Amino acid sequence: MDDTLLDVRNLTIGATVYPPDAAPKDISIVHGVSFTLAKGRVLGLIGESGAGKSTIGLSAMAYGRGGVRITGGQVFLNGRDILQERAAGLRNLRGQEVTYVAQSAAAAFNPAMRLMDQVVEATVRHGLATRAEAEARAVQLFGQLGLPDPDSIGRRYPHQVSGGQLQRVMTAMALCPRPSLVIFDEPTTALDVTTQIDVLSAIKKAIQDTGVAALYITHDLAVVAQVSDEIMVLKSGKTIEHAQVRQIIEAPQQDYTRALVSVRSIDHTEKEPAAPLLRVDNMTARYPGVKLDVLKDVSVQIAPGQTLAVVGESGSGKSTLARVVTGLLPPSDGQITFDGRTLPAALDGRARDDLRELQMIYQMADTAMNPRHTVGTIIGRPLEFYFGLKGAAKRARVQELLDQIEMGKGFIDRYPAELSGGQKQRVCIARALAAKPRLIICDEVTSALDPLVADGILKLLLDLQAQEGVAYMFITHDLATVKAIADQIAVMHRGKVVRYGPKSQVLAPPFDDYTDLLLASVPEMKVGWLENVVASRKIESAGR
Amino acid sequence: MTRNPIVFLLAQRLSLGLLLLLAASALIFMGTEILPGDVAQSILGQSATPQALANLRNELGLNEPALARYFDWLGGILRGDLGTALTNGQDIWTAMSGRLANTLFLASCAAIIAVPLAIILGVIAVRYRGQWPDKLISGITLTSVSIPEFMLGYIAMFVLTVQFRIFPSVSTIYDSMSLGEKLHAVAIPVLVLVLVVLGHMMRMTRAAILNVMQSAYIETAELKGLRPITVIARHAFPNAIAPVVNVVMLNMAYLIVGVVVVEVVFVFPGMGQYLVDHVTKRDVPVVQACGLVFAAVYIGLNMVADIVSILSNPRLRHPK
Repeated sequence: MDDTLLDVRNLTIGATVYPPDAAPKDISIVHGVSFTLAKGRVLGLIGESGAGKSTIGLSAMAYGRGGVRITGGQVFLNGRDILQERAAGLRNLRGQEVTYVAQSAAAAFNPAMRLMDQVVEATVRHGLATRAEAEARAVQLFGQLGLPDPDSIGRRYPHQVSGGQLQRVMTAMALCPRPSLVIFDEPTTALDVTTQIDVLSAIKKAIQDTGVAALYITHDLAVVAQVSDEIMVLKSGKTIEHAQVRQIIEAPQQDYTRALVSVRSIDHTEKEPAAPLLRVDNMTARYPGVKLDVLKDVSVQIAPGQTLAVVGESGSGKSTLARVVTGLLPPSDGQITFDGRTLPAALDGRARDDLRELQMIYQMADTAMNPRHTVGTIIGRPLEFYFGLKGAAKRARVQELLDQIEMGKGFIDRYPAELSGGQKQRVCIARALAAKPRLIICDEVTSALDPLVADGILKLLLDLQAQEGVAYMFITHDLATVKAIADQIAVMHRGKVVRYGPKSQVLAPPFDDYTDLLLASVPEMKVGWLENVVASRKIESAGR
Repeated sequence: MTRNPIVFLLAQRLSLGLLLLLAASALIFMGTEILPGDVAQSILGQSATPQALANLRNELGLNEPALARYFDWLGGILRGDLGTALTNGQDIWTAMSGRLANTLFLASCAAIIAVPLAIILGVIAVRYRGQWPDKLISGITLTSVSIPEFMLGYIAMFVLTVQFRIFPSVSTIYDSMSLGEKLHAVAIPVLVLVLVVLGHMMRMTRAAILNVMQSAYIETAELKGLRPITVIARHAFPNAIAPVVNVVMLNMAYLIVGVVVVEVVFVFPGMGQYLVDHVTKRDVPVVQACGLVFAAVYIGLNMVADIVSILSNPRLRHPK
């Protein structure tokens, strides 16, 4: 008996791009990818951004996002080539045979409709069940996925439930019409690690219970190793390697796969504690018009030339701490001491030299640069502002900085749009460096980057620290990054510092409850890790 | 307020509206103060003696200080008294209410047709964006917006009255007419008004929906295999209501406040004609009263737009 569900043969996908000052041109995104997926199996598609993994996933629904077109090949679903289907046939396929779980459930749910209306919509519209039957199935799925109040959660609007819950509702929405294939497109990427683990195990259980086949798309190899049976590694629209999970993780055949598996290999020895450059004492802060304190009695220190990593989940107050230190948000209580002198709380009270010595790098390099300025102008601006450099002297210094960030000649006259994500972040680093600061606040600077690129940025930051003796306040939610670069760590939870000290102490037992949960939630590149963690949690909660 | 932010927001909008109306009344009063011309002169004619003019001005209270007259006027309005016309001594509200009712009748007839039509055409334009139905709809509505309204009026009159003799060219209506007769009488001005306001509302509906169509949840809806028209009407339009309502209300206000030209072309006894008549006669109280009513309509409709926008936001309707 043939149990092949999806058979993709020599798929090519292209798109039309519209460069600002050139004629539109067709580019190829996916160049001849083939794979098969058996019924009830889970295939993980992994690769960096631009590898074409989402595009390939959506081709199983014969769907092209924006200007993306499937230009060749065949996609057989249950034996028929869906690329030959007309509009009506495709509508029957989508939402019925194949369903989709999007990356950001918060954006993928219609804000103006109740959850239940959206969850049962496809099932009812395709005539697969009556409204009442579909709702009963949805409630059952809500329960299976571990959502609170399965009977009533459907009456809420998307903004009334949390991100992790929304992602599970989205999974229920995909499973409701009893499809034969579900495409999960980075379903846990936007979630905090402690939430990710719940959603991940809920998704895995739901896949097992319903026997549905799935394409699981992610850039995180450790995550995909937990839910997939096999993994296909993609790079620039080509298949690099396709094998069983265990083989990819334990015995990768290709160099690129090996790089992915061994990523985050930075070795950083912790520096000795020293007299602080920056002291934050008993800081309490809230946003105007909000009654809640976002920071509660926070005290941390950073020594010259060292790195303090501030770790926490979204809403823990870590970015607010950065805003307070830079003076963007004057605190309601507490004091900032920099190099022995008290810094004025508000930005406009600070001297130009205070501003110069404290620079910032942001998560989205894209939005942190003026798209109409060249790299030279962007990096030259602080040189002119703080040091009065002009003309040839300025240009020479810009080139020097570009050399420091390992971007040689030829970049100085380019625009941000002509750079890759990693290069953009490097330019932002150079801009911060141009001011000759003594402290740089790095706010999630690697979160938007692919693992290998992020690795390069971290290495660069460490090199620059060694050369220039600059201190970093490194804000991140990613514990792997913390392990790679920190000297000191502050773990934040709900506005408080729950654990603080040198890296070797913070990351060593005995742990407080929250740090323990946080550390245990970071996916490890091991098959069966998820089951172990979930099992040990159950034992713990049963013992309590 | 802790329980529901909506009540607070609505109360805020309402008080803001009243404040704005007060400011408008002051502006109207100041505006009419600096208008050139003399009522007494226009009542008594060029041959009046200076003594007679002075007597009449005194009688009409025109010699009081401006501030006193403003508060006098404002007090009257608060009591529901818009004053009396200088030229014929009639109570302004009595004279105006019939005209206002006519204008509202004409405006509602036009709105009842134009608003749903504009939205439906906007939805169709989005459904077939870039294809011929979209281009046809945009072409026709843009053309009708670009032609001056009196021109549209005369073209419609020429075709429907002169050529085919379906509708009358004079749209005068009386209280004694039945609804059917009234509708027959105003058919051409309604048609013209619809053509005038349709384009703006249609373009805005189209633009607002297209903007929403970029959202991730539209892709979700498409990947559910829904029909394109279902995606637009069920998923996109409810999220585009706020900008659409604003433009709809702006056009409704235009239908009430700005139809002078159409009223003149079709000899329709509405507010516009009433205002124009009394401006030429320098009858300041009537002009002031008309200005205030127009301002109230404008502010009121914009307030309705704000309130609908607030209510269309599920985050405000259903707080966490």
